[in-house]
Amino acid sequence: MLPKEIEQTIEAATRRYPQRRGACIEALQIVQRHHSWVSDDDLKELARLLQMTTDELDGVATFYNLIFRKPVGTHVILLCNSISCWIMGYERLREQVTARLGIAFGETSADGRFTLLPNVCLGACDHAPAMMVDEDLYGDVSPATLDPILHQYGCAGTPGKGDGERTTADHEHQAR
Amino acid sequence: MGNERPLTMNIRPGEPPPDLKGYERAGGYTAVRKALRDMTPKGVTALVKDSNLRGRGGAGFPTGLKWSFVPMGEEAPRPKYFIANADEMEPGTFKDRLLLEGNPHQLIEGMIVGSYAIEAEVAYIFLRWEYREAERLLTKAIAEAYAGGYLGRNILGSDYHLELHVHISAGRYMCGEETGLLNALEGKRATPRYKPPHPVISGLWGKPTVVNNVETLCNIPHIVNNGVEWFKGLSDTRDSGTKLYGVSGRVRRPGVWELPMGTTIGALLEEHAGGMRDGFRFHGLLPGGASTDFLTEAHLNVKMDFESVSKAGSRMGTGTMIILDDRTCPVGFVGNLEAFFAQESCGWCTPCREGLPWTAKILQALEEGSGQAGDLERLALHTKFLGPGLTFCPLAPGAMEPLGSALKYFREDFERHIRERRCPWR
Ligand code: SF4
Ligand code: FES
Repeated sequence: MLPKEIEQTIEAATRRYPQRRGACIEALQIVQRHHSWVSDDDLKELARLLQMTTDELDGVATFYNLIFRKPVGTHVILLCNSISCWIMGYERLREQVTARLGIAFGETSADGRFTLLPNVCLGACDHAPAMMVDEDLYGDVSPATLDPILHQYGCAGTPGKGDGERTTADHEHQAR
Repeated sequence: MGNERPLTMNIRPGEPPPDLKGYERAGGYTAVRKALRDMTPKGVTALVKDSNLRGRGGAGFPTGLKWSFVPMGEEAPRPKYFIANADEMEPGTFKDRLLLEGNPHQLIEGMIVGSYAIEAEVAYIFLRWEYREAERLLTKAIAEAYAGGYLGRNILGSDYHLELHVHISAGRYMCGEETGLLNALEGKRATPRYKPPHPVISGLWGKPTVVNNVETLCNIPHIVNNGVEWFKGLSDTRDSGTKLYGVSGRVRRPGVWELPMGTTIGALLEEHAGGMRDGFRFHGLLPGGASTDFLTEAHLNVKMDFESVSKAGSRMGTGTMIILDDRTCPVGFVGNLEAFFAQESCGWCTPCREGLPWTAKILQALEEGSGQAGDLERLALHTKFLGPGLTFCPLAPGAMEPLGSALKYFREDFERHIRERRCPWR
C-alpha cells in the first residue's frame, strides 16, 4: 500500500490534467522519490489510482529512462555521454568512475551506494564533461575533481580533501 | 526603447534571477498589461507575425503564422492549450537553461501573452527532469505570478483566465518533438503522431494547441513592448531579433551569448569563444546541435541565421555550435552521434529502428579497425534510405545530416580507418 501522503500528492497532480492518466509520469516520479524505484506492487497501486491497466502504465514507465523499474543505489550517477562531453573527456571519466566504484553502466555497487547510468546531453556542454549525482549537477569534471565529488557521496575508495570534509572547492565545480 | 540584448539584459550569471518585484522594476509584465488592455488576441498574433519571429527550437517556423492557424472565437473547441517546450535535449545545446534559470518570469510573461493571443485557458511548461534548478525557480516564479494577479482568474481585472502548470518529464529525446511531447503530456509513450491534423487544430487531448520553444517565447514580451521595427533592427540579417548562440568543444571560452541574429560563425568562434585552445586546430563544426550538417573552414564567414546557414548546406538548428578539433576523430565523433540517435529512436518505423543501429555499428567497427570495403557505401545508402520523407518523424533524417556531410568533408579520414585497419586518432 502507498502511504496516505503519497496518494494525496498524486491526487493533487491529477488535478493539473483533464484526465487522470495525464498525471501518470508525475505519479511514477512521486513514488520513485519515496521508494527510489517503482516496484511491481507500486505499479499496480498506481495503475488503480490513475484508472489505467497495470500493463498500460508499465508501457509508459519502461519508455522513460529516468523511471527506474529496478532497484537503484542510494545515489544515482548520471554521466553525460553525448557529443560535447565525449570530445572533452567523457571516456576517461567513465573509466575512472568504473574503476572507483567497480560498476559498469546499469549496475549498482556491491555496498548498494551507487548506481551508474549514462545520460544524454545534460545541457551543460559549456562545462563538459558533465554529470549529475542525484539532483546535483557537476561540470568541468576532471580526473582530479571526480574523486572528491564521489567522496562527498560516501565513496569509500576515493581520497577526499584532507579530512574528507566538504570544501568550498568542491562547490566551485558545480556547473552553476 | 529596448536594449540590444533584451533576452539576457536582466540575467546575471551566478546570481539568483529577478523575483517578481525585481522583474516588475525592470519593466516586467508591462507586455501582459499592454496586450490585455490595448490589444485584441488577433492583434497580438498579427504583431508577432509582422515581427518575423521564427522558432528558436531548431525548425525555424514563423511563430505568428503558427498562432494564426489556431481556431478562434465562440465556435473554437475548448479548452485550448499553450505549451512551452523546455525539454532542451538536443546534444550540444544549453541555451534555454540560461533563460530558464536566469529569468523565469520572462518566460512566464511570454507564455501569458501567447496564451492570450490564441485564447488558451491552460498552459504547461514541459521541462526535462534534469533541469532541477529551473524547476525550483519556475515553481517559485509561477506562485509569485499567481499572487501578483498575472495568472488565474480575471488576470489584471480583465475577463481573461489562464492556469499555468509545470510538467516534469522523465527523459527521452523524442519528447522534444512536438507531437511526441503531446503524447508525453497525456501520460503516454512519447511516440510522434501522424500529421495532419496539426497540433494547432487538434493537439493536446484533441484540442487546439500551440507548442513553442523557450527562447522563442522569451522574445514575445519585448516585441509587444518595443514593436516590430525595433525587433527587426536588432538583427544583422533578414531574420529578425537577437539569437542565443553557444559554442562547445575545445575552444578557450565555451559559453552562450545573446547576439544580433546573423553574427558570423567565425566571429562566434574567434571573438566570443576565444578561438581554439592551445595545441588544437579547427577541423569542422555542427552549427546547431547533433542533427545538423557539418560545416568547415570554408564557412567561417557564413552568417548564423536560418537562410544563410541553409544556403551553406546545413541548418542553424538551435544555434549552439559543436566544434570538431584536429585531435578528435571525425569517425568517432559521428559514431557518438549515431549511437545517440539509435538509442533515442522510438522504434515506430523500420528504417529508423533498424537503420540507425546499423550505422552506429559500422562506425564502431571502423573505429575498432574492423571496417570493410563497402562500409562507406553502406553508410551513404543509409543517408538515402533514412532521408526526409521516408520515416515517420524527423529524427532519422536529422541523424543523417551529420553522417552525410561527414562522408563528404572527411571522406579521407573515413577511408584511412579502413585502409590502416585502425583509428589513426587512438
Ligand atoms: S523516425 Fe525514428 S523516432 Fe521517428 S517515428 Fe520513426 S522510429 Fe520513431
Ligand atoms: S554533451 Fe554533455 S552536457 Fe551537453
